[in-house]
Amino acid sequence: MPKTTAYTATIEYISILDEQGKFDDKLGKGLITDEQALDLYERMTVCRQLDEFAFKLQRSGRMGTYPQNKGQEAAAVGSALALTPGQDWVVPSYRENAALFMMGLPMHYVLQYWMGDERGSQVPENVKMTPLSVPIGTHMLHAAGIGYAEKIRGTKNVVATYFGDGATSEGDFHEAMNFASVLKSPVIFINQNNSWAISVPREKQMASETVAQKALAYGMPTVRVDGNDIFAVKYAMDDAVKRARAGDGPSFIEAVTYRLGDHTTADDARRYRDPQEVENWIARDPLIRTRKYLESRKLWDQNKDDTLQERAKTIVKEVVATAEGVSKPEVESIFNAMFAEPHTELVRQRDTMRTSSLGKDPSQTGLKNTTQNV
Amino acid sequence: MATLNLVQAINLALQQEMQKDDRVIVLGEDVGPNGGVFRVTEGLHAQFGDDRVIDTPLAESGIIGTAIGMAMNDLRPVPEIQFEGFLGPAYDQIVNHAARSRSRSRGAITVPLTIRVPVGGGIHAPELHSDSPEAIYAHSPGIKVVMPTTPYDAKGLLISAIRDPDPVIFFEPKRVYRSFREEVPEDEYTIPIGEAKIVSEGDDLTVVTWGASLFQCIEALDNAPDDVSIELIDLRTIDPFDMDTIAASVEKTGRCVVVHEAAMTCGLGAEISSRVQERCFLHLRPPCSA
Repeated sequence: MPKTTAYTATIEYISILDEQGKFDDKLGKGLITDEQALDLYERMTVCRQLDEFAFKLQRSGRMGTYPQNKGQEAAAVGSALALTPGQDWVVPSYRENAALFMMGLPMHYVLQYWMGDERGSQVPENVKMTPLSVPIGTHMLHAAGIGYAEKIRGTKNVVATYFGDGATSEGDFHEAMNFASVLKSPVIFINQNNSWAISVPREKQMASETVAQKALAYGMPTVRVDGNDIFAVKYAMDDAVKRARAGDGPSFIEAVTYRLGDHTTADDARRYRDPQEVENWIARDPLIRTRKYLESRKLWDQNKDDTLQERAKTIVKEVVATAEGVSKPEVESIFNAMFAEPHTELVRQRDTMRTSSLGKDPSQTGLKNTTQNV
Repeated sequence: MATLNLVQAINLALQQEMQKDDRVIVLGEDVGPNGGVFRVTEGLHAQFGDDRVIDTPLAESGIIGTAIGMAMNDLRPVPEIQFEGFLGPAYDQIVNHAARSRSRSRGAITVPLTIRVPVGGGIHAPELHSDSPEAIYAHSPGIKVVMPTTPYDAKGLLISAIRDPDPVIFFEPKRVYRSFREEVPEDEYTIPIGEAKIVSEGDDLTVVTWGASLFQCIEALDNAPDDVSIELIDLRTIDPFDMDTIAASVEKTGRCVVVHEAAMTCGLGAEISSRVQERCFLHLRPPCSA
């Protein structure tokens, strides 16, 4: 028997607004209104400013660590624009802050989280998202299950889950892709391929030429887009959301972007990255090209930009003040939040944890009160 | 009243809870038309269909991670892991996500999930099919661990587990699956998580056990000299375990032995012994041992 072809595939690459600000009228038509483009630019600017403040907070000892989003804002806002807040879900990693804010998460939650306060993950009831997820790649399975619940309830709601290029090496990534596609769960897998998993470059992370092709193994529609282009991201996202709402299951989007900052404030990317590479990507900054687009549409100028920069600083200062102004968490909440009702043993542990009060609080230790009158 | 074995009692509980609450979903390897490798889910697929009885891909982390997502979004999934040795690949999802989600989100995102797992040795099965990992999960905050031994207890505890607002690992001692039958009411009833059962009363020694070891303990009791009176406690819930029942018994008998199948180092025998020593020290004649 002669050999035949068992399988072939091609993957599209989509770019609509390039780094020079050149816009593809045909592909970009009707994707994002002027009003929306202005809104997204403002959101990206505020998010960038949040990064700057968070960096300073960490350096001055007011925050544990923080992963800057710098350079990846377009993938976040372009994708979230295709979702309906309050209905659709976001299952995030930790480098898509602007998307979370668009879904309704108050900004100070993110700062609280990175300050080490778990109340920063106490997602408000009307916001459909799971908390930031720092273990890599484990959260996409939750997206598959959340989507399945929407599917069998017969809603048209979809789930967007975000993750980096490093996450696609994790076993749970592959299990999530497999489960979502087999269960036809309405999930959009949004890969922010920023080229670096802390210090490990993409070429050491995977031998595959693209991340997008990993979805082929799961029979999942897949596309690669310029992740610094809000239009290209929105284009791919509209397509994927449409399929998911129609009951046609999950889709995959590889958004090619770049982490302009360090991995987190605990990292120093100068140890392992070529400065020229960073320079090249600064030229492709999503904020610069979105601004060029707005200027070309006569929607923006230097005055407006100066005003926006000032406003962004004011917004972020208020957010920082809110995050730092919350009362200290109660130590008891470690026990009280463990189950719907803390059981007897947890109550015992809670009530006896204050070893520093040994001998001072008779109700906790059972000792005779010897110190009260001293 | 029907006389059922452990498999049938668990099957009945699943069937009745699925009938009562359409948010209850069964998923796992071979749980569909095949009814599970131990036939615990037999007939459920025929009755409730593909959407609610899901034959999943062969991936334990995938099963639990997907079930966690379902639970986060208001379903009541009951995943089956085929053997306790295969909990390993799902460990991260169980301990770092199912167990932590409520605490992590301070109650905003909860995981009402019941993980069913056959457990223990004694069925001439190979490695990873004969383990007793209950202490590992009891050590992890945020998840309850249950191990009923009798058909009656299994039905009542499984219903409690499915209705519990937090994740529960429901271990099923596979050596007992078909080894004996007892009367199990058709009507629904629950047995609270966290309550031990005094199987037989006695004055000279307290024996604390759970799972299939219960039957070895009963055999030992039957062979004990007539003048020795032994109190036998079936723990039923591993975490949170019923310290009040144990303490009341030890205060009466003054002696305590913990019997379990699992490895001893840092095990539940050590935990229970330590707590008995702390709480019943002045009542103990010899030290408690595992």
